Amino acid sequence: MILSIENVYVYYGNMLALRDVSLHVKRGEIVSLIGANGAGKSTVLRSISGILAPRAGRILFNGEDISGLPAHKIARMGLSHVPEGRGVFANLTVFENLEMGGYARRSDLEVREGIEEVFSLFPRLKERRSQMAGTLSGGEQQMLAIGRAMVSRPDLMLLDEPSMGLSPLLVGEIFDMIEEVNRGGVAILLVEQNAFAAFSIAQRAYVLETGHVAMHGDTNELRNQPGVQAAYLGVVPGGG
Amino acid sequence: MRKITDMAKTAACLAAAAVTGQLLDSFGFVNPYWVQIFQLGCIMTISALGLNIIYGFTGLFSLGHAAFYGIGAYTAAYVMKSSGGESHLLFLAALAAGVACSALVACLVGLPVLRLTSDYLGIATLGFGIIMKVLFDNADGVLPILGGARGMTGLAKMTTVAWTIAVLGIAMIFVRNIVRSSYGRALVSIREDEIAARAIGIATFRYKLAGFVIGCGLAGLAGGLYAHLYAFLHPSNFDFFKSVDVLVIVVLGGLGNLSGTLAASFGWILLLEVLRVALPPGYMELRWVLIPVLLIVTMLLRPQGLFGSREIRFFRDGLDS
Repeated sequence: MILSIENVYVYYGNMLALRDVSLHVKRGEIVSLIGANGAGKSTVLRSISGILAPRAGRILFNGEDISGLPAHKIARMGLSHVPEGRGVFANLTVFENLEMGGYARRSDLEVREGIEEVFSLFPRLKERRSQMAGTLSGGEQQMLAIGRAMVSRPDLMLLDEPSMGLSPLLVGEIFDMIEEVNRGGVAILLVEQNAFAAFSIAQRAYVLETGHVAMHGDTNELRNQPGVQAAYLGVVPGGG
Repeated sequence: MRKITDMAKTAACLAAAAVTGQLLDSFGFVNPYWVQIFQLGCIMTISALGLNIIYGFTGLFSLGHAAFYGIGAYTAAYVMKSSGGESHLLFLAALAAGVACSALVACLVGLPVLRLTSDYLGIATLGFGIIMKVLFDNADGVLPILGGARGMTGLAKMTTVAWTIAVLGIAMIFVRNIVRSSYGRALVSIREDEIAARAIGIATFRYKLAGFVIGCGLAGLAGGLYAHLYAFLHPSNFDFFKSVDVLVIVVLGGLGNLSGTLAASFGWILLLEVLRVALPPGYMELRWVLIPVLLIVTMLLRPQGLFGSREIRFFRDGLDS
């Protein structure tokens, strides 16, 4: 087990955002977290990566309790969070962005190697290596954000809505890349609104509803659940 | 090896510039009035480079820069005057004390206020600036030597041309090496996206504090030079409007652009003086109409600063290139 969240409660001020959430990710797995707007998906990721601190419950990463640790320490332990909206450093070049990915964790040599690896996986980033990240297209920025996370060679990558604002064709491309990253041995927790795309690469999924895990299981099973079909896969009950 | 020869070359150039400047001044080849304006430009540049680290590179909106300039000025002046000496070694110690005091206060102020972001941080630093102005005004209650609202007089005129050029040169090299290092890039990444910076393992608060302390330390250094240029200090030299002056220079020169800060600092000082000479007597206040108009026009034409993202060669090459 690389990540396990046990009975976590998170508040924004006095507002309860996550209620008794438990989930886990096994080594080498792709797990998806789906749910409607405001269900608390991003909140889950933010509490794992230390941007928010849970008020109750435990978060274990590689067997170590990380709940309440500051974000930069968690990142150094090998947990990379690719935040929503990509969070690339717009006024740094593509290459500098990638270098920053290994800033806290890796030696210079490892950073160079990591960047070469990213370039072989995303050749388009190599072509644009000295371009400012802010001038890239949405899809390229997403590639860059994932690539930057890769340079630190994490054990677990948290991806927050990588499909956001991308054309269906690009979504397919990005998801292929996520699978490629996963084949390199990185476990992935993928937050998505696009459940259809998420189910296509994840082995297991959790469904979050108003801050609570409503369902979880293998994606093959969840796909056939009427409730999931109606709410997240756009299948009309009783229809065609 | 190349790095060492480069460093030696830079040091030699700097020494030559300082000596030449000093000789020109000492033998009366240049008008002392213009010498003083040049020195003021150097001092302004040092302070503005500090604010550029804080606001331009790290993205921390500070409206209290003049307060740190003042802390450095009063500290250096206090050290110099209370010891009664006039040696250059003592002046060096006084400048160092000014930097240390500004940096220390910046650290103490930064610990609580740097948890705020953007506009809120601006308001908090503005408040700090006003508190410091009141303290300067009433400082004679505690230490009569500081003069309070009557001003502090009788300081030794230690700030020679050589001192200004040398200190500015060192400050320029120091700032360039910081912002062109991976440390500087970490500061920029905080400015660009703080959450993402934390997600890649940067201890953002510690870096913000360090950037703030370094920037305020440079303001203190500039203050120490300023105190011993005119031999007179007054609290009104360190009020809110002086903070705005530096802010205008940094924005005009371009956030995160060092060449721009250098050009805008000298441009600003020169503009004030030219208008002082050019405007007919009695119309002096027209400056504060003309300058804002010029600002508006410049910002409309070059919102990204005078130089955009271009830098002169000196500022381009960092340590690791």
